[in-house]
Amino acid sequence: MHVDAITAVLLAMLGGAIRVSTPFLFVSLGETITEKAGRINLGLEGTLVMGAMSAYAASLHSGQPWLGVLAAAGAGAVFGLLHGLLASLRRVNDIALGIALMLLGTGLAFYWGKAYIQPQAPTLTAFHLGAWSDSPALRSALDINPLFIAGLVLAFALHWAFANTRLGLTLRLVGDSEAAARAAGAAVIPTRIAATVFGGALAGVGGAFLSLFYPGSWNEGLSNGQGIMAVALVIFARWQPRRCVLAALMFGAAGAIGPALQSVGISSGYYLFNAAPYALTLLLMALTCSRDTSLKGAPGELSLNR
Amino acid sequence: MSAAPARPRPLIDALLPVAALAIALMLFSLFVALEGQAPLEVLETIFAGAFGDAFGWQNTLLRAAPLILTGLAVALPARAGLVIIGGEGALAFGALGAAAVAVPLAGSPNPLLWLAMALAGMIAGGVLIGFAGALRQWRGVNETISSLLLSYIAVALMNHFVEGPLRDPASLNKPSTYPLAPEAMLGALPGLDVHVGLAVGVVCALLAWVFLHFTVWGFAVRVVGGNPRAAAMAGLAVTPWVIGLCAAGGAMAGLAGMIEVAAVHGACNASVLVGYGHAGILIAFIARQNPLAVVPAAVLIGGIGAAGSLLQRRLDMPDATVLVLQGILFVVLIAIETLRGHAWRLPQLAAPRHSPTPALAAKTDVSV
Repeated sequence: MHVDAITAVLLAMLGGAIRVSTPFLFVSLGETITEKAGRINLGLEGTLVMGAMSAYAASLHSGQPWLGVLAAAGAGAVFGLLHGLLASLRRVNDIALGIALMLLGTGLAFYWGKAYIQPQAPTLTAFHLGAWSDSPALRSALDINPLFIAGLVLAFALHWAFANTRLGLTLRLVGDSEAAARAAGAAVIPTRIAATVFGGALAGVGGAFLSLFYPGSWNEGLSNGQGIMAVALVIFARWQPRRCVLAALMFGAAGAIGPALQSVGISSGYYLFNAAPYALTLLLMALTCSRDTSLKGAPGELSLNR
Repeated sequence: MSAAPARPRPLIDALLPVAALAIALMLFSLFVALEGQAPLEVLETIFAGAFGDAFGWQNTLLRAAPLILTGLAVALPARAGLVIIGGEGALAFGALGAAAVAVPLAGSPNPLLWLAMALAGMIAGGVLIGFAGALRQWRGVNETISSLLLSYIAVALMNHFVEGPLRDPASLNKPSTYPLAPEAMLGALPGLDVHVGLAVGVVCALLAWVFLHFTVWGFAVRVVGGNPRAAAMAGLAVTPWVIGLCAAGGAMAGLAGMIEVAAVHGACNASVLVGYGHAGILIAFIARQNPLAVVPAAVLIGGIGAAGSLLQRRLDMPDATVLVLQGILFVVLIAIETLRGHAWRLPQLAAPRHSPTPALAAKTDVSV
């Protein structure tokens, strides 16, 4: 490979990282909040798809892409509420419930989304931060979506809120030790429900990015497990919002390897490179998990690391 | 979540899936009504499409054949306490493995060829899901997530081989492996328009049931699934059992892939991936991880799937309608667990939990 080609691939991966990471970022931030409160929502995959569909529908009907983002957050919150409420019932396993809601969310999104496969809805516009550059590759890499920036801000805001606000403290307490939370007078179940609702809303916004920016249309193959990968990403990020940003960028870059190589004419093994983010997730989980001790930084009430 | 275990109430507990089905049908009717369709007409059409006539039954049983196996793929590891959701990838791997050995072995005597294809499919699927079990036992990686990630990796590998090294150059629009010779295909069951795969599925379910309920090993498995710590203290080798059950489950899904290749599609291509692996999760939950109950559960879900095209043709409803019904059924089924052993008492939303330890223990109870 020539130096030019390598540069092109690296640039495409950088662009891909910025372009593709936003859904990972939002879903993983949402899942971080939910898991901090001691619950796991595997249904975020379905929520993401549902968010993508609602966003596209709302944007098409209103002509306002930002209303689409709002609609996605609303749809995500509804699914979060469903998970939050049902997982609060005795004997209901949150992991199994998540799988069930994943199926329901996907089913509903496909059902209502049938009508939106063809028409073209207004999509979100990017900030062209690369206008100063002569390189078209760099320019397109630096076409940054406002949702990406919102996600960055949110990550740092959440980091601050977990450490410095009463709500953040309550959330962590509820997730770490139910007994201690009760002793401190915290409302355990309502806190968990609220955390799941918020997590669902963020996952919905992540979905809105898919249908309103990249790839920027609604179809049934839109999400390829980004919602599930986010769960693994949270483990990798050790339940820290700021590390979610790093993890999301890394996954975006991994997902961009295939298309980046294809853009310089290397198309053999395209599907293998498509598997890169999944393989990376698995590798990271195998390296960071441990059989004997619970994970460092993991909320104590979490049923994930049994 | 009281510290005491749920009191077993066999009759009520056995009726819970039926109650779940009834509640799910009501919720689905409500959904359909809100969408402007007549619920009774929709339910009638689903029933007609699934079980209404010989054609419907044939369609249903054709789908039930792989679904029994993908249901077992979830049910078997569940007996060791694991929630595996990677059946779709194991099916893809099985299909790929079967198609891969069929090409060089073409011309071999049939029974040998079928055996080789079945073995290849089972090994491919078994290794995939067995790996998820191994990762859990050796590295503490959550098997639900790892099996799904492995599933995506397996599907990508299948696509890679089908569109690359194993591709039949003659398959222009739809990349496929080289087609099986007509005599290598699995035929129909005598007197039925359904292929042999149905019998294979039923036999596998029977074998699994006999193994789990009538052998010493089955007893060991139940101890391992019920309480791994006690099992370890009793001297049972927990890790081999867990990995073995995962591998056995994966082998079932792999066999489903082989059957789809050898009885339906005649080659490995993207058409084998129609969600049977995912539906297997639902089927195992309906059957409460009982291998025998997997058979009727697979027929039920196969029927719902088979009704999709009739709904589309007769009522002009999206094919995702059946997915919505399955989703509602699954959610209700999980939620209704709250009534298990406590059917006489209303669930309390904000019921106090005594201490974190039993809460965690109950949450990890996978035989939900």
